[in-house]
Amino acid sequence: MNTNSNTYTFLYASVMVLIVAAVLSFTALQLKPRQNKNREIEKKQDILKAVGVTSTPADAEKLYDQYIVKAFTVSAEGNVKSEDKEEAFKVDLKKEGSKDLNERNLPVFVFNKEGVGEKMILPVRGKGMWGPIWGYISMEKDGNTIFGATFAHKGETPGLGAEIATPAFQDQFVGKQIFDKSGKFTSIILVKGTAKGNPHQFDAVSGGTVTSKGFEAMLLDNLGSYEKFLKSSK
Amino acid sequence: MSDKEPLFSAKNRKLLTNPLGSDNPITVQVLGICSALAVTAKLEPAIVLSISVMAVLALANVIVSLLRNTIPSRIRIIVQLVVVAALVILVDQILKAFAYDVSKQLSVFVGLIITNCIIMGRLEAFALGNRPWPAFLDGIGNAAGYGLILVVVAFFRELLGSGTLYGFHVIPQAVYDMGYENNGLMILPPMALVVVGIIIWVQRSKDKSLIESN
Repeated sequence: MNTNSNTYTFLYASVMVLIVAAVLSFTALQLKPRQNKNREIEKKQDILKAVGVTSTPADAEKLYDQYIVKAFTVSAEGNVKSEDKEEAFKVDLKKEGSKDLNERNLPVFVFNKEGVGEKMILPVRGKGMWGPIWGYISMEKDGNTIFGATFAHKGETPGLGAEIATPAFQDQFVGKQIFDKSGKFTSIILVKGTAKGNPHQFDAVSGGTVTSKGFEAMLLDNLGSYEKFLKSSK
Repeated sequence: MSDKEPLFSAKNRKLLTNPLGSDNPITVQVLGICSALAVTAKLEPAIVLSISVMAVLALANVIVSLLRNTIPSRIRIIVQLVVVAALVILVDQILKAFAYDVSKQLSVFVGLIITNCIIMGRLEAFALGNRPWPAFLDGIGNAAGYGLILVVVAFFRELLGSGTLYGFHVIPQAVYDMGYENNGLMILPPMALVVVGIIIWVQRSKDKSLIESN
């Protein structure tokens, strides 16, 4: 057979594309439920991590049900919109972020464990250098002091922007405050290497300037939309 | 197979060992430099990427070698690309479903495997003209040679740049107290080129046969 004829080449390419497309879409369809489940479990693990509860993929769901006593959504005005725990969990921050501030559904997860007390967990989401970055911040009952935080990213550069997902970066947020002494919302801003001791600043990642800037904007935007709710819950 | 060649004949063993030294994909063939710069700031991603490249390269080599007599030569690069891209997507999907933690670690690098010149280079240079078994060995060998350099570069970059190895602190606090500082430049991509350059220099001064005549 002449493998260089036009007909053969066209046929070969068409058949190859069909086979590959079939194999890939079959795999994607088959694996989708498992992948979604993994994502849900990861989200529950992340929420728990923000209050310092470490979980494994196996026990994350059980611990989540146990410690997250309620979850609800609020509006930017600070009013409760829905008390449904499941609904609050399913809120897609990506969609909410593109809405007007007044129309957003802002999820709040309430954690309670004996010996630790009640904490509020707020999700945040923003843009890094290569893709989305997101995380969960747990607040003390005063709605001002950060109790713990965890952050993740889709594809920041390892060793640089990806450092936001390391404990070393995340631990510096413990004890920071998002309102200043006069009660004005200040968020937490980025500085280079001198944040220790200042409750309203965090240290940038060296070599990860774009990620750090996006990170700062994420905190300002997301925590800002909870401003009224946090003030009213004080 | 008419010629009853043993599976690990001297010729086949060479396919495995040559890429580790005198025919190394990075330092001698100068392939795959781009990813060597991107993932070597830390040891862990370097190791995980090396393993993924090994899986994709060995499989792609075998598939292309099986198809080698049917591929129309005018679209052979496209065929190779489709095979590699399909494999990479499959690996990515399977990791997401069954090894979610690993897939998070790899993040963008799984996608980057498609653009790794080593894979296209080996498909074009070796798999198109050889039987599946030697092609498989060639894939494993070259990926190992690639991984070896990645790990060496990552070792120095992580040690000198962050003072850690595989995420663990290895430089004692006392050294920092005496005024030692991590070299931030090591984390940035240019230093990967310099380290690769030093490795090439060391290798060529040991093995004079690698030095080009002009």
